[in-house]
Amino acid sequence: MTAESVETGEAVDSAPAAPVAAVDPLAAPVFRRSGAAVVVAALVAAIGFPFVFNNPATTSIAIFTLLYVGAASAWNMFSGYTGYMALGNAVFYGSGAYFIANITTHLNLRGGVGIFAWVPVAGLFAGLVAIPVGWLSLRTRKHTFVVITIAIFFIFQLLAYNLQSVTDGSAGMQLPLPPWTAAAYNDYFYAAALVVAVFAIVLSWAVRRSHFGLQLLAIRDDEDRARGLGVRTSRAKLLVFAMTGAVTGMCGAVYAYYLGSVYPPFAFEAIFDLTIALMAFIGGLGTVSGPVIGALLLEPLQQYLTVQLTDAGLSLILFGALFLIVIGFLPQGIVPSLARLARRLLLRRAERGAKR
Amino acid sequence: MGTELAKAVVDGVLTGGVYALMAAGLTLIFGVMDIINIAQGVMVVLGAYLSYTLQVHFGIEPFVGLLITIPVMFLLGVGIEWGFIRRLEPRDRTALSILVTFAVAIVIEGVLTQFYNADLRSVDGWYVQKSVHVFGFYLPYIYLFGFALAVVALSALYLFLYRTRTGHSIRASMQNRDGAQLVGIDIDRVSAITFGIGAAATAAGGMVYGATNTFNPDSGYDLISRLLVIVVLGGLGSVGGALVAAIIALVIEDVTAVLWSPVWASTMFFAVLVLVLLVRPNGLFGQKAVRAQ
Repeated sequence: MTAESVETGEAVDSAPAAPVAAVDPLAAPVFRRSGAAVVVAALVAAIGFPFVFNNPATTSIAIFTLLYVGAASAWNMFSGYTGYMALGNAVFYGSGAYFIANITTHLNLRGGVGIFAWVPVAGLFAGLVAIPVGWLSLRTRKHTFVVITIAIFFIFQLLAYNLQSVTDGSAGMQLPLPPWTAAAYNDYFYAAALVVAVFAIVLSWAVRRSHFGLQLLAIRDDEDRARGLGVRTSRAKLLVFAMTGAVTGMCGAVYAYYLGSVYPPFAFEAIFDLTIALMAFIGGLGTVSGPVIGALLLEPLQQYLTVQLTDAGLSLILFGALFLIVIGFLPQGIVPSLARLARRLLLRRAERGAKR
Repeated sequence: MGTELAKAVVDGVLTGGVYALMAAGLTLIFGVMDIINIAQGVMVVLGAYLSYTLQVHFGIEPFVGLLITIPVMFLLGVGIEWGFIRRLEPRDRTALSILVTFAVAIVIEGVLTQFYNADLRSVDGWYVQKSVHVFGFYLPYIYLFGFALAVVALSALYLFLYRTRTGHSIRASMQNRDGAQLVGIDIDRVSAITFGIGAAATAAGGMVYGATNTFNPDSGYDLISRLLVIVVLGGLGSVGGALVAAIIALVIEDVTAVLWSPVWASTMFFAVLVLVLLVRPNGLFGQKAVRAQ
């Protein structure tokens, strides 16, 4: 558990040191001062969670939620920052899953903690897959880009069915069974998912604050002008696309090991593509915390609806309706809407103070 | 081999016509409103279920039933536009439209699951059972009838777009939304009608789809991915392009199944788009410069 607390420890320390440009009071960040406390509290809650809730059904939902936190943050790092709507990230999720399944099969690895060491390698592999995919799809923009990512996603899904020698087709691949007791089983995966999720958040945060992140935001606002001002747009887009692919692939690898098997429709799932986009949107597109909050809300809700309502139709209707209501009332997402509200309150208080 | 190949080509052309009808709605909606309607696939499935229900529970012949399902789907389309699409902020319309129409698709899928569960069904008729002998192979009549229906519907759509006042407003809105508004076109009304027409096309397409395939509430996702490929391949906003693209893509898919292997056929369907976009980023007949943001 120490690894990620160190990572975020840095994040916490350097956050308040950032210069705050007080030009437009409505544009100034409002959560910065309380940000460090929130991050520490969230991390403590995340680490403490399995000690408080040890019901496997609950921790299982927590594991999936953390994997979605990672995948949604990764999606946001590319699509939220650059404005390119990618609906094919399951390509990298599935690539990571199949990579780790192949490694464990061909190296005859025994189940255990050691397999987690292959998760970053699976991420690297997915990142490499992302380079040709990105090179192909990023030649287009807007709607065409959306559709071409969907098309590439289906090509990968079909390849998973058809490339029998690599994927065993629809028979699926099995991963080695970990030797852990039933009571501790989920804890290992929880820890692994948490590390991946924290890594995704920290990376997303670091990109957002960097010069590179500014280039990405410039692409979102006006790509041609950004290029005119000297941003190497193609290179920046491809780089962040590969980073997104790598993080998504790590999530997919943990997912595959947790389930113990990989099948084409689960590794390459169309709903996954839309779900992570929805999470980022509900939380707040292009913000670091948005996708995290979106995933924390949405995934448990979806699991809860599926478990509580045995009626598959009804849970779909409720989920869809809820989703329409949220988009209807918070088109900007939760984080930007709250931030705007907070800014307005602060501004009002400041004005009152000035009059006095 | 020769007969099989001929069958593949004929098959591809005939199904291509039906896919073009379903895709025409999608491309029109895109052209006028600049949005991607993810629900188009599940709306086709809904159209198929409507025909199925009329047939099984009311004994109405599916082709006659279109007189009911087409207006119903038109109204549903108008309702969706009015209820959800119109309210989107213009700034991130495209991105939000994907999510909103996805949510609509989930709700429709849920309603269908509620009523019909996940069992596979199909629309039946003598034309599904009986086949006609052409070019040395047997072809169910429904392929011919479906193609004829698609041709009639697409021609009607063409006449509507090019010969009526409302059609002119729709085309004007596609070319320049702000300009159309400036010369007094009620863009909200045009958008609602366009979405209605897009939905109405799924009623006709859905009936034929339901007679040539088995379907369940989940079938919409496979469909929408294919329709999107067709629409982008043909060039976003181009109805004629969608027709050509649908026929090309489906012929390639069917021919691949014969010449190579059926398992690679669907892969080729999607690969065609990737290959074409390498050379022509705006699709085959794209007029809108989608590349220039």
